[in-house]
Amino acid sequence: MILLPCPWCGSRNVQEFSYVGEAGGRPDPNTTMPEEWRDYLYLRSNTAGWTTENWFHRSGCRRYFTVERHTVSNEVREARAPAAQGSET
Amino acid sequence: MSTPGRNGSRNGYRTPVRYSALSLLRRGFSGEGWPLAWRSHDMKPGYDVVIVGGGVHGLATAYYLAVNHGITNVAVLEKGYIGGGASGRNTAIVRSNYLTPEGVRFYDRSVKLYERLAADLNFNVMFSQRGHLTLAHNDSALRTSRWRAEVNKLEGVDSEVIGPAEIKQLVPFMDVSGQARYPILGALYHPPGGIIRHDAVVWGYARGADTNGVHIHQNTEVQGIDVKDGRVLGVRTNRGDVAAPVVVNCTAGWASVVSEMAGVRMPISTFPLQAAVTERVKPFLHPVVVSGTLHVYVSQTDRGELVFGASVDPFTSYSTRGSLEFIEGLAGHVLELMPALAKLRLLRQWAGLCDMTPDFAPIMGKTPVDGFHVDVGWGTYGFKAGPVAGEAMADLVATGKTPGIIAAFDLARFTEGRFVGEKGAASVGH
Repeated sequence: MILLPCPWCGSRNVQEFSYVGEAGGRPDPNTTMPEEWRDYLYLRSNTAGWTTENWFHRSGCRRYFTVERHTVSNEVREARAPAAQGSET
Repeated sequence: MSTPGRNGSRNGYRTPVRYSALSLLRRGFSGEGWPLAWRSHDMKPGYDVVIVGGGVHGLATAYYLAVNHGITNVAVLEKGYIGGGASGRNTAIVRSNYLTPEGVRFYDRSVKLYERLAADLNFNVMFSQRGHLTLAHNDSALRTSRWRAEVNKLEGVDSEVIGPAEIKQLVPFMDVSGQARYPILGALYHPPGGIIRHDAVVWGYARGADTNGVHIHQNTEVQGIDVKDGRVLGVRTNRGDVAAPVVVNCTAGWASVVSEMAGVRMPISTFPLQAAVTERVKPFLHPVVVSGTLHVYVSQTDRGELVFGASVDPFTSYSTRGSLEFIEGLAGHVLELMPALAKLRLLRQWAGLCDMTPDFAPIMGKTPVDGFHVDVGWGTYGFKAGPVAGEAMADLVATGKTPGIIAAFDLARFTEGRFVGEKGAASVGH
């Protein structure tokens, strides 16, 4: 069983969560060219190693948070409330 | 020095013997060993073509380069042992009843190549075209089945929507009464679909490629790709640098990592997919049975084991460890379909890595880096495409032109908005 530490609820079975995706800044739609926008939509780092990603506690507090996870070992180094953009208040 | 022995010997490689009943009989009586099916070589400082990944795609590409185009100065680099990745972890289902015309044409060519592969390679790949059933438990699934059947028929592929009575004839013990929690309303029936022995396909291509002069390097990990002025120059491996004007990325699971070495970013996320196999029982299940709604597919091997597969895990990972949650969910879904299997025990479970693309179609062809080609993004449908992918990639390398059969699968489609939406036929419907 893989445990994921929710910053609000503590360690829970990963099945309670939804994987949202790699964390990263959203480009400004007003100044972004279509090609960059499509890069943002589709291209992924897909790192084999430590990644920063967003998760959603679907069957718990229903809040988003940011996790540092090793994608080869599934070890979790840090879980924290998300940065200002997209945070649940 | 050749030292014939029961298992052949390391130095005992000769021109491959032709496998036949007669040679089996002769060696059985004489006690003469079999020569190794493929050799080990010292690494050359350079090759005309370097293929990264020794699975069915890489080995098929090498084989068709040698056989169809006479290009034999080719190396296949495999970081583990050949067929140890996705080629040995899939559930060995072959079919061509896809959703888009591009997809149907492509996979149909693969089925055609598989049909004659045993003869072409002189290697028994045990292709068993036992029929493939995709069950529909609700109206939307039935609608997608009809859509697929019509696209399939237009492309000349044998595929038809059948009703519960016909399903009952094909799989007598399945509950088609309409009383089940997930009632079976109909199914997409695809008679040419079936299962194959995936290891034999890998070994057959390896033997064929080796016979024709291709070097297969196992335990050789590509650690970097040299690119200068937008052109690929070669690869760096744990066994030294290898120069090559053409490098083909045929990896599954590691497509993003290898492409990144050449500076090419990919629209790929890697998810594990788990599968499991039961103890063996007498033959009772003839066709392959798939249920998209229940996220499960079942087939019975020639040895009598039931092979179960599912959809990909819910989050990205490069880990191939199985989980109890998966087995619990899978068992529940299988028993919805076939309650009689409740007492059957599972023998083992495993996972393979699936490189998922946004539209559930592969990424094949040229990249912005000259000479660096990709044959990746194989999600959950890579094994069944092995022969046609190898043939097409060999064409691309030999002629420098993208063959029509893979033109729709280019990397540029994501920036140009030309998706090949195969989700309706590829997400669970192995």
